[in-house]
Amino acid sequence: MRDLVIQSLLLYFVLTILTGVIYPGAVTMVAQLAWPQAANGSLIKDETTGGTIGSSLLGQEFTSDEYFWGRLSATTPPYNAAASSGSNLGPLNPSLLKNARARIEALKVPAGKSSKVPVDLVTSSASGLDPHISPASALFQAERVASARGLTQHEVEELIKQNTEGKQFAVFGESRVNVLQLNLALDRLNRPASSTPKPNR
Amino acid sequence: MTGDGIFQLLLYLVVLNLLALPLGRYMARVFSSEPTWLSLLLAPLEGLIYKICRINHTQDMGWKLYAASMLTFNGFGLFAVYLIQRMQNVLPLNPQNLGAVSADSSLNTAISFVSNTNWQGYGGEVTMSYFTQMIGLNVQNFVSAATGIACLIALVRGLVRQESLGIGNFWSDMVKATLYVLLPLSLVVSILLSSQGVVQTFQPYAAYSTVEEIKSAKPSSEPHLIALGPAASQIAIKQLGTNGGGFFNVNSSHPLENPNPLTNFVECISILLISAALCHTFGKMVNDLRQGWAVLAAMSVIFLASLAICFTSESSLSPALSALGVDATSSTMQPGGNMEGKETRFGIANSALWATATTAASNGSVNSMHDSYNPIGGLVPMLLMQLGEVIYGGVGSGLYGMLVFAIITVFIAGLMVGRTPEYLGKKIEAFEVKMSSLVILFPPAVVLIGTAIAVSLEVGRSSVLNSGPHGFSEILYAFSSAGNNNGSAFAGLNANTPFYNYALGIAMFIARYWLVVPVIAIAGSLARKKRSPESLGTMPTHNALFVSLLTGVVLIFGALTFVPSLALGPIVEHLMMVSDLSQGVSAK
Repeated sequence: MRDLVIQSLLLYFVLTILTGVIYPGAVTMVAQLAWPQAANGSLIKDETTGGTIGSSLLGQEFTSDEYFWGRLSATTPPYNAAASSGSNLGPLNPSLLKNARARIEALKVPAGKSSKVPVDLVTSSASGLDPHISPASALFQAERVASARGLTQHEVEELIKQNTEGKQFAVFGESRVNVLQLNLALDRLNRPASSTPKPNR
Repeated sequence: MTGDGIFQLLLYLVVLNLLALPLGRYMARVFSSEPTWLSLLLAPLEGLIYKICRINHTQDMGWKLYAASMLTFNGFGLFAVYLIQRMQNVLPLNPQNLGAVSADSSLNTAISFVSNTNWQGYGGEVTMSYFTQMIGLNVQNFVSAATGIACLIALVRGLVRQESLGIGNFWSDMVKATLYVLLPLSLVVSILLSSQGVVQTFQPYAAYSTVEEIKSAKPSSEPHLIALGPAASQIAIKQLGTNGGGFFNVNSSHPLENPNPLTNFVECISILLISAALCHTFGKMVNDLRQGWAVLAAMSVIFLASLAICFTSESSLSPALSALGVDATSSTMQPGGNMEGKETRFGIANSALWATATTAASNGSVNSMHDSYNPIGGLVPMLLMQLGEVIYGGVGSGLYGMLVFAIITVFIAGLMVGRTPEYLGKKIEAFEVKMSSLVILFPPAVVLIGTAIAVSLEVGRSSVLNSGPHGFSEILYAFSSAGNNNGSAFAGLNANTPFYNYALGIAMFIARYWLVVPVIAIAGSLARKKRSPESLGTMPTHNALFVSLLTGVVLIFGALTFVPSLALGPIVEHLMMVSDLSQGVSAK
């Protein structure tokens, strides 16, 4: 019995060093040397100020008409990358309908508009940090963004096309548009004269 | 459902099986102490570990000593993980100055990670320091998986050996599983993941200002933070070891845990890889490859059917949302379907695949929120857990659970024709059947009694997020998950309360240890027996007839036990949804 306890203790200690210190340490070293950008959160710096303006892998909140909007986010406040969360609303939960209605209203869909709202634009993502929307959701907002920026709808649609990622290796996942990247591309194309953020939620 | 989605799922199954076969054969060599191509590097290290730990790895343990070693080792793990959480405020590597974790939550998490459940009552990035994640949780990700593999190998040895008192050496099995299997695979997967954007850093959380704030020159009062940490190394083993405890609160739906469809594919393969491969290890070690294929076939049949149901269900949107003028048609321009609680880059196919795989295996990580699934889509993961986590199941624990079902199957078949049942030449007698009954009866008892207690008490009901039958489903799901060591959740349930922390902690503890000890006892009993020669009356256990019998036993047993409770939750909810009675359920 005494042997058993000593062996257990020693083995637990040795395996802790091996799998809790050496292993993560080695992976960190490789990752930091080989691809520090990816290993440190894929942060994006502002071209002029040099300050961090987010991560290319994480969504952030956009509420003004000049920008494309992302998925609904259930974190508090929305798109809080320090405390991720989904909505966890069941399919019959009235809040699900309420959130979708509020989003549709904010989108100001003109009555009689033929195209329906794409589902990913009126639902919350799993993480609350989804950086993407579907190409359909981006195109759905093209008209609003174009008129707010004084661009033609064609110009904005071209930009969406350039920023659409297809399926990875033509097989995996879904085609999608990174909202932050698309909005940064918009800003490079034409800087909004004045922006007055409006709440949309 | 689109052809494109179906293609992705088929590709997944092909790649999984292509990788499982060589890995299974490799593991058979490892646990038979035959040299492998990694031995040159690892054998000296293995010897060194035995020396430091004063272990005589050639000692052949009887089942009681094997079980005692396992329990002692796991006991120290429990103690260590609890202590680290309670003291993390004074321990290093805590850049966010997170406080000590509460006593009830620490105990729950300690049991959860030691028992390979990895249920998370807490949110990773707001609760656990880098030190706790690495030294506490990550170590358990390895050793709890290794414990499962070790106990399976002991059972297989019981089937192979004749007139033997020993079933192998627990220490040696642990060290071999960690060194030769888990560590090399984790290294490859974690480095691949980190190259794709899964974070692996010790820096504090990154501050940033959003693009809109900069443009409007209105900085927010508090800077926005991005949670970081040594995640890639933990995510690799959390998937491979069927642990499932995420680095971040939302697990593998978090873009820094699972940034793109490629990482999703790799992580999803990792969920089932070792569990599927162990079937081949089993076949190789009992010297009849067909036995491994038969068990794998039974698992695959149930898995495929579950996947098809889940995928179909999630491809549709609830009538109420559709009525708002929402377009949920799947096309090349949008994933469509029920996108609540799902990520755009994964869409429906990859979310349904993950949900099915993670609950078929006792992994429990998620890349979408199961709580927001359509009723039938959410029923599938719940039922897969309730079947006892034997459809692939946890690493080691899945296959030993399935072998127990195989014992029950030959017993039932033996009753039908009036012969003494045999499995792989070993007579199945009263002791084995008694122990097997313990193994298959305890989890359902824990799940159903736990659920009944929780719904009867105000403290149980007040944690529910969604009202009506869905609220019942949240509680049933929690106990199904804890009572079968899965760890996924209908996460709307606020389970970080003393009641749920203790109740689910007890459930997880029973589900792991009151199962694994009888399994080791079966191993000991079988090892003592002689193998009887095959005769005309022997029922073959490698053909289609046996596969269908085994599948039937698993399904019928699960259905008989759980259909009544499922009828109160997801089935009622489904009927309400299709008949549009949903307006009657008021908001909570």
